Amino acid sequence: MNIHKIATHLNQLADDTETGFNFDCTPINGDIDVLQVEIIGREEIPIFLSLSDNQILCIAYLWGEDEVITDLRSNMMEAMLEMNVPMPLSSFAKVEDKYVVYGALSVNSSLDDIELEIVTLSDNSLEVINEMDSYLN
Amino acid sequence: MSIFRKIITAVRGGAREAGEAVVDANSTRIFEQEIRDSEKHITIAKRDLTEVMAKQMQAARELGQLQASIKEHEGYAMQALNQNNEALAIEVAEKIAELESSAADQQQANESYLKSADRLKELIKKSERQLTDYKRQLSMVKTTESVQKATSAITDNFTASNSKLLNAKDSLERIKQKQAMFDDKLKAAEVLESENGDSSLQSKLQEAGIGAQQSSAQSILDRLKSK
Repeated sequence: MNIHKIATHLNQLADDTETGFNFDCTPINGDIDVLQVEIIGREEIPIFLSLSDNQILCIAYLWGEDEVITDLRSNMMEAMLEMNVPMPLSSFAKVEDKYVVYGALSVNSSLDDIELEIVTLSDNSLEVINEMDSYLN
Repeated sequence: MSIFRKIITAVRGGAREAGEAVVDANSTRIFEQEIRDSEKHITIAKRDLTEVMAKQMQAARELGQLQASIKEHEGYAMQALNQNNEALAIEVAEKIAELESSAADQQQANESYLKSADRLKELIKKSERQLTDYKRQLSMVKTTESVQKATSAITDNFTASNSKLLNAKDSLERIKQKQAMFDDKLKAAEVLESENGDSSLQSKLQEAGIGAQQSSAQSILDRLKSK
């Protein structure tokens, strides 16, 4: 599995999609290959996909530390911990100063599994922002 | 220090400066070398185990043969005694003593091989557990590095394209607006569709001369003439 194979698959899905969404994938070059996956209609919250030796990581950036209402920070974190198990396929995490939701898959996952992971992650991130906006500026 | 603690310390302690890795590349390479060495040791230990087990089986087989031979000779000695041939009986007894000594040696070898096999099995299990743990730790280091590199690639990409990540609420608002616009378009299309449906029915009715008829020039002329 490599990100170009995933990009080609998602870009050409069109009407054959299992999830009802269309995708626009752009590889980002760097030390390691990252794929930026935009779901059409949800371009503002892209999913970033990267590959390591044994797993595929899909990350959606939610908000930065600067967007959190300081007094409610610990309440927000507690809510995130409580939501972590019920939230399907995704978990909360923090990368540098950004809060994220992410999902990890085996490198042996099928392309359909990857599509489902991306869409679920996107659904989860929209719902999380919607439900947790009381903690944000 | 455990890798878990190293990662936490590095991430918390601001070791996230550009180019600074959680565990420097050299230590990662040493770690990978350790894993390869452990795998090699396990392979050698497994080969040794096979050899020891083969020798143990051989010793057990020889011991069995010696014990059978001892029994056989005991029978011969009894027969010689029954024939009052003491000299022959003594000769056989000497042979039995020799066989018993060999059997004792084989017994000892057999037990020693069994112990070695047990020790090697335990060692292999322990090394395999250790190896799994090494691999888990290395995977943690590599994943942390991969996330850091991915994040820096993403950040660079946003900087390069002069765009930036919107804040969460604005992003959601824009997505919702797009969704609402899409829904509106869908509704408008449905309305248009149903209106077209109505008009086509209207024209069918007109063709059939049912309902209000369009006034034609001829019908107006007819109306004027009748006045």
